[in-house]
Amino acid sequence: MSADAWSLLFESLLETLYMVAVSGLVSAALGIPLGVLLHVTRPRQILQRPLLNRALGTVVNAARSVPFIILMVAIIPLTRLIAGTSIGTTAAIVPLSLASIPFVARIAEGALNEVSSGLVEAAESMGATPLQIVTRVMLPEALPGLIHGMTLTLVTLVSYSAMAGAIGGGGLGDLGIRYGYQRFDPIIMIATVIVLIVVVQLIQSAGERLQARYEHK
Amino acid sequence: MIQFKSISKTFQGGSGPVHALDNISLHVPEGCIYGVIGSSGAGKSTLIRCANLLESPTSGEVLVAGQNLIELSPAELRSARREIGMIFQHFNLLSGRTVFQNIALPLELAGKSSSDIENAIAPLLELVGLVDKRDSYPAQLSGGQKQRVAIARALASQPKVLLCDEATSALDPQTTVSILNLLKDINKKLGLTILLITHEMDVVKSICDRVAILSQGRVIEENDVESFFVAPQTELAREFVRAAIHEKPASDISHQFRQGYVEGSRPVLRITFVGQNVVQPLITQAARLCQVDFNILQADIETVHSKTMGFLMVDVVGEEQGVQDAQAFLQKHDLQVEVVGYVS
Repeated sequence: MSADAWSLLFESLLETLYMVAVSGLVSAALGIPLGVLLHVTRPRQILQRPLLNRALGTVVNAARSVPFIILMVAIIPLTRLIAGTSIGTTAAIVPLSLASIPFVARIAEGALNEVSSGLVEAAESMGATPLQIVTRVMLPEALPGLIHGMTLTLVTLVSYSAMAGAIGGGGLGDLGIRYGYQRFDPIIMIATVIVLIVVVQLIQSAGERLQARYEHK
Repeated sequence: MIQFKSISKTFQGGSGPVHALDNISLHVPEGCIYGVIGSSGAGKSTLIRCANLLESPTSGEVLVAGQNLIELSPAELRSARREIGMIFQHFNLLSGRTVFQNIALPLELAGKSSSDIENAIAPLLELVGLVDKRDSYPAQLSGGQKQRVAIARALASQPKVLLCDEATSALDPQTTVSILNLLKDINKKLGLTILLITHEMDVVKSICDRVAILSQGRVIEENDVESFFVAPQTELAREFVRAAIHEKPASDISHQFRQGYVEGSRPVLRITFVGQNVVQPLITQAARLCQVDFNILQADIETVHSKTMGFLMVDVVGEEQGVQDAQAFLQKHDLQVEVVGYVS
């Protein structure tokens, strides 16, 4: 592989990491609160609002049913509004975030459902406010599950970010398609795939280690 | 200290409304260890959850330390709950927090400073005997140790009342004894009022001052523990007492046993007495005076509410008149005598 090819690969790797990191952060920042809301408004939960819960659930499901490649194209006006452009790495962050927020929300909801209702009851018996129950009991106890879910999300984002490449998003996926598929350069395509495998492995093992650190079982 | 005033609780079940609690009135005096016993499904859990409104009764009033919890605003209820500690069958400790951090939780929730928390927790760790487990996580503790942490946590906010929801039901018998001793100790040292629910008569026997039996959402019997053991009024109470003193059914002891009287059969008496060395002279006196013999089928000494109680099962052999006299003699001397059946 030429020096040019190496630097291209490195640049694309940085682009991928940038897309995954920013959309990962955005999806956690918005998806986890949404997951909390989905959880606490369930029937028999601390802030039960069955109607709101059902409405939120429907919206989340709808967002999750749109195939990513269609979502990307469909929200181009929104992407332009937020990122100022619809092409490039930064622009790709908008659909990536939007697709992963409902995903994270469902994962967070699942992790919170695993927290024993006895703990919530104990906190209530101590005079905890609903906010305290969420921040001091539910989220800390669900932390290993949340870390697990975020690991899953980041891995999914790596592969989605490759799809973003298809509409000019940059990153490793873009590189692989342009050189491997369009220019018949198998070396670069294989190199891209190897780098992707390494990235996913690193995310997975970092996630597992972090999860083990907070899991006192 | 805790007063339930005709509380009822109705759940909407799949097949119509379920009356979990049916017009219950109970009074738990200050400093008392009060036990509520009942089979599963009797409404015990619902009842104890009404004492801090984890469960709101459908009707009735709940007074704790003179305050009617039903009338309080959510914020007032939260501050009232800080005065009511609670421990649970499955401990409900936070797995991600150390022993120290678990005990600190109620103080953190109340907004106490970290130095205040530090000062408050040291004596609590000492009280429950877990000084060396301070930085362990719950997963590293035994069941008994977990319950000790839960007790320390419940005491952290210096409550006036402690609610124990089947606190020893998940523990082995030995650990149960040590936890009960700890509760008794706390009750004495801190003057804490304890309301506990249990299905284990042994718990009532060893630490309670008063007891109520719950059956199908109703209190069917309520008494001080001593009288309860000596003279249970209802069939369910008698069953609980028999289980607690490990009494074998009379039919197991004698194969000639029958429920009803037939010509020539002899009564089997169940004699209950409190205090030591009371019964033996009375039995021999009865034998001498009434010219009967006592055939001892089963005898047991138990400690109930830190008093010694004896339970005797005898069949009385003699002339019919003598047997009746003997029975009357024992009753006259304040022994609890009950005919449980006959042998021939």
